[in-house]
Amino acid sequence: MPQFDPTFFTPQLFWLLLTFVTLYFVMTTVALPKIGAVLDERQRKIDDNLDKAAQLKAEAEAAVAAYEKALAESRAHAHSVIKEASDRLAAQAEERNKALSAKLAEQIKSGEARIAEAKDKALANVRDVAIEVAGSVFDRLVGASADAAKLEAAVASALKEHGK
Amino acid sequence: MANPIEQFKIQPFVPLKVGGLDISFTNSSAMMVLSVCLITLFLTLSVRSRALVPGRWQSMAEIFYEFIAGMLRDNVGAEGRKYFPFIFSLFMFVLFGNLLGMLPIPVIGFTYTSHVIVTFAMALVVFVGVTVIGFARHGTHYLRMFFPHGAPIATAVILIPIELISYFSRPFSLAVRLFANMTVGHIILKVMGGFVVSLGAFYIVPGIVPFAFLGAITVLEFGIALLQAYVFTILSCIYLHDAIHMH
Repeated sequence: MPQFDPTFFTPQLFWLLLTFVTLYFVMTTVALPKIGAVLDERQRKIDDNLDKAAQLKAEAEAAVAAYEKALAESRAHAHSVIKEASDRLAAQAEERNKALSAKLAEQIKSGEARIAEAKDKALANVRDVAIEVAGSVFDRLVGASADAAKLEAAVASALKEHGK
Repeated sequence: MANPIEQFKIQPFVPLKVGGLDISFTNSSAMMVLSVCLITLFLTLSVRSRALVPGRWQSMAEIFYEFIAGMLRDNVGAEGRKYFPFIFSLFMFVLFGNLLGMLPIPVIGFTYTSHVIVTFAMALVVFVGVTVIGFARHGTHYLRMFFPHGAPIATAVILIPIELISYFSRPFSLAVRLFANMTVGHIILKVMGGFVVSLGAFYIVPGIVPFAFLGAITVLEFGIALLQAYVFTILSCIYLHDAIHMH
């Protein structure tokens, strides 16, 4: 086999050394740095884009948070406005209620006073009528006019006896 | 039928002699030069555009780069980074030697990895380099390679010779594996090719059978060309790992 023929060992070793060292030199100085640079650049670009995406995402999340905060704030504001309004209305209603009931109470009072006055008046009339009736009755029965003072006292005692 | 050994013959093109040393430019030298030129052209022209989204050629160059970088990272770790140019050159040189050897290149067509002296020289560089790295990193502690921690002292009698033999057989197994695979593959191809011609000359039909077989073997041989380059490189990585991290 030609593989075991030592005649061509040295030229093969020499050219192997020469070509391999050349290859190693070209790889280290030119080819590998070039490919490495391309790969690094791509990796950097990808990382950059990922960073940018993360940043945009954070921004979007911040916007959402701000929106939700604003929403919550306006909701709270609306709540307070409604509460205030209803409180005010309730207070107003109470006030009016109070005023109305006071007025009604006053009216009731005045009404009662009027009723009492009318009653007194009526009672006084009753006394006058009773004296008159008693006088005329006494006239008919006795045939003489009765003493006005005695008659008045009798009617008053009779009225007192009937409790008014 | 042509002699299947004929293809491994070295043919000097330009006889050269320096101080009694024969350094003739042969078909083997021509293929080595061609390999180096093609590797250089392939790896530099393909990434010339520095495209962000790589084309076919750039993808291929990047795949080779990342394949070897990944192999080194997985097998050796971060310390292997500085040996990357060497391992990469080794892989490309063996791969192109194997693949170009498969092509019917006129005049200089030859497979330099089918010569044991070439593969042995490369294996020896790996072996010596790895041993030097091992002693440089670990000093005399590197001798623990031959007697692992935790083994009972009594087993030293058996273990140390075994470890020594296995360690020193590394360059031979590395060299012979590549050389034998290439040589045998090419012999089979040549023999099959001879069958196609000699049988096909009589009848078409009996010629088709060895021809189909030849086609299949050719595909297989391309696979072996890739695989053996891979095996040579990964074994170098594993030896490098042993030297850097011990067992």
